[in-house]
Amino acid sequence: MLTTILFYVFASVLVGAALGVVLCKNPVHAALSLVLAFFNSAALWLLLQAEFLGIVLVLVYVGAVMVLFLFVVMMLDINIAQMREGFTRYAPLGALVAAIMVAEITYVVWVRHLGIDLSVWAPAMPAGFSNTKALGAVLYTDYLLPFQLAAVVLLVAIVGAISLTMRKRAGYKQQDIAAQVAVRWQDRVRIMKVDSEQVR
Amino acid sequence: MIGLPHFLVLAGVLFSIAVAGIFLNRKNVIVLLMCIELMLLAVNFNFVAFSRWLGDLNGQVFVFFILTVAAAESAIGLAILVVLFRERRSINVDSLNRMRG
Repeated sequence: MLTTILFYVFASVLVGAALGVVLCKNPVHAALSLVLAFFNSAALWLLLQAEFLGIVLVLVYVGAVMVLFLFVVMMLDINIAQMREGFTRYAPLGALVAAIMVAEITYVVWVRHLGIDLSVWAPAMPAGFSNTKALGAVLYTDYLLPFQLAAVVLLVAIVGAISLTMRKRAGYKQQDIAAQVAVRWQDRVRIMKVDSEQVR
Repeated sequence: MIGLPHFLVLAGVLFSIAVAGIFLNRKNVIVLLMCIELMLLAVNFNFVAFSRWLGDLNGQVFVFFILTVAAAESAIGLAILVVLFRERRSINVDSLNRMRG
């Protein structure tokens, strides 16, 4: 019973926040609505006993990705009026497509479920079961190679983002490593013949 | 009692809202990126719900990888956006016509 109430509360706030992302005039408000949506999804994932992923969603998405979004939104000077052009023109089409998709998905999973009883969950994990521990055990054995590849993907993303946004300003001082390595002592040291002087 | 269909329909609604958002905000690249994040969230919802329904942890591992790739994607997308804004002083999708596609 409590689960049902919690599900409907979190789900309604989630759908409201998603509508806020789509309909807000100001991109900052849209980003903050998306933060709310992520928080509510994390709560719903906790209801589904995916504790690790719920926490990771809050830490990674709200803590890192959405902060990045907010930084970019606030850094760029966006002409909101120009951005809203064509909003009302495409609203009926967008609403129609969304309504059709919702109707189809509802028909498939709610009405025609091929006689499979979808309301019966797998038995719940015993009390004291650690979702993080179980996930880690799978991640570091069966999925070791994909895990390493995910790390490589993140590294490539870091390098790509930095190399895209780095720019050369005038008067920018930078080391030239190749020139530093290729230097010879002859370029730096000059040996001079100086006659010694008699000290009287 | 909350069953699997409740979660699947919720994910479907979320995905449809994101698709409608792409229709509505087709000028604003930032909101388009946010709508893509929302779509990925809806997909992750399905994975988590099925993982719980089947009692199988592999679905959650998949969500973990989707989260990784989505974070990388949004970082690169925002970097491209910043470069685009520096070049054009606007983030209008219609100004992305340099390659004349």
